[in-house]
Amino acid sequence: MNATPARSLQTIVLTLVILGLIALALGGYLTPVSRFVLNPIITAQSWLARRVQTLQNYINQPQDVAILQERNAELEQEVALLQRQIIELQQQIAETRILSALVDFARVQPENRFVSASVIGRENYPFVQYAIIDKGSDNGLRSGMPVVTVQGLVGRISAVTAGAARIQLLTDAESKINVRTEPSRDQAMLVGSVTGEVSLDVIDPDAKIEVGNLVLTSGLGGDYPANILVGQVTGVRRIETEPLQYASIQPVVDFKNLEIVLVITNFRPEDITPLEPTVIAP
Amino acid sequence: MRKGNFLNFFPALPVIRIDISTWIAIPVLLVLIILQMVVIPRFTLIQGMADLMLLGLCAWSLQRKVHNAWQWAIIGGLMAGYVSAFPWYVPVLGYITVVGLAMLLRRRLWQVPILAMFILTFLGTILFDLALLTVLRLQNVSIPLVEALNTITLPSLLLNFFLTIPFFALFSELADWIYPEELEV
Repeated sequence: MNATPARSLQTIVLTLVILGLIALALGGYLTPVSRFVLNPIITAQSWLARRVQTLQNYINQPQDVAILQERNAELEQEVALLQRQIIELQQQIAETRILSALVDFARVQPENRFVSASVIGRENYPFVQYAIIDKGSDNGLRSGMPVVTVQGLVGRISAVTAGAARIQLLTDAESKINVRTEPSRDQAMLVGSVTGEVSLDVIDPDAKIEVGNLVLTSGLGGDYPANILVGQVTGVRRIETEPLQYASIQPVVDFKNLEIVLVITNFRPEDITPLEPTVIAP
Repeated sequence: MRKGNFLNFFPALPVIRIDISTWIAIPVLLVLIILQMVVIPRFTLIQGMADLMLLGLCAWSLQRKVHNAWQWAIIGGLMAGYVSAFPWYVPVLGYITVVGLAMLLRRRLWQVPILAMFILTFLGTILFDLALLTVLRLQNVSIPLVEALNTITLPSLLLNFFLTIPFFALFSELADWIYPEELEV
C-alpha cells in the first residue's frame, strides 16, 4: 500500500528535474556544460570526416580526371566551333557591307542594270591583268560589258563561259580607254602596262592637266559608258621633243583586294571599226 | 580470222595505253592551277609571282623513274592555257620546252637532281617569261623590258626558288608512291 505514494513522489521529482533542465537549457545556462561535453566529440568527428573525405577523393580521383578531360575536350571543340562561326560571321558582315554599298551605288544609277559577281581567281601569269568572276552567260553576261565597283571602273568582260567570265582590268597592258579629266575636261587615252601601272597617253600638248585632277570615262569609241570614275592624276610629264604630254594615274579601285564587282548588263559596246577611216589604194 | 572480231580488220591500229601517272596528272595539276589562280596572286613580290605549274612540271620531269613528263607538260599547258588570257598554245609550248630542258639536264646532272631542279627553275622561269613577253610584243603591246625584268621576272624567280625544294620533295614522294621500288627476293 506504501509503494504507490513513493512511486508518485519519484515521478513528480523526476518530472520537476527534467522540466528544470529544459528550463535551464532554454535559458542558455547549460551551454558551457554542453560545450565542455561536445567539443571533444566534434573535434574527433571532424578529424574522422576529413580522413574519410581524403580517402574517398583518392579512390574517385582517376574517374574525376577522366570526366574533366572529357569535358575539357568537349569545351575546346565547342570553342573551336564558335571561333569558326565568328570568322564566318565576320566574313558575312564584310560581304554584306560591300553588297550594301553596291546596292546604294546601283540605286543612284537607275539607268543602269547591274549583276553582282564575286572575284574567284586571277590571271595565272603576272604580265597581264585579268580577274575571273563567278557569273557567266547563264546570268546574262556578254563579252565587252563594263565592270565597276562602288569606287569606280574595274575593266570589261573579255571572255565568257556559261558559269564564269574573265575581266580585263584597266591596268592590263592591252587595255585602252577613252577618258576625260575633270575639271579641265581634256580628252585623253588611258593605258595600262605590263607592270600594272596606269597612265594617260595621247594628251593634247595644250591641255591643262594638273595633279589631283579626276579621270572619268568619256564614252568616246563606244567601249564604255561615260562618266564612270577611273582615277586621279598623280603626276604630269612633258617632253620637250614630243608633241604630247603624259600623266600617271592612281586608279580609285584597289585591284589587289577586289572581291565583289558589278557588271553593267544593259550596256552593249559599239563596234565602230567600219566607221574608222581606211586608206584606199589609188 | 575469227568470226566477229572486227578489230582483225585493222591490224595496224596503234594501241593507246595511258599510264596511271598520266591520269594522276589531271587532279594534281588541277590543284596546282587552282592554287595558282586563287592563292598565289595574294602573295606577290613587287609584281612577280611564283609559277606553281612550272615548278610542278620541273620537279616531276626530273624524277628518275618518270617517263611521261611530256604528257604532264601537255595536260598542264592546256589547263593553264584555258584559264589564261594568253593564247592556249603559249603555255603548252612553254611547258614542253621546259620538260625538254629537264630531259637534257637529267642526263647530265643525274647524280645531283636538286641542283638540276634549281638550274631548271632558273632557266624555265627566264625562258617562259621571255616567251610571254614575245607574245605580248607580237600583239603590239609596248613593253619596258628592263622594268618588266626588274619588277616581274626577277621577283618571280626569287619566289620560285623559295618553293623549289618543297616542290622537289613533294614530287619525289609522289613518284615514289606511283612507282614503288621493286624488292629483290
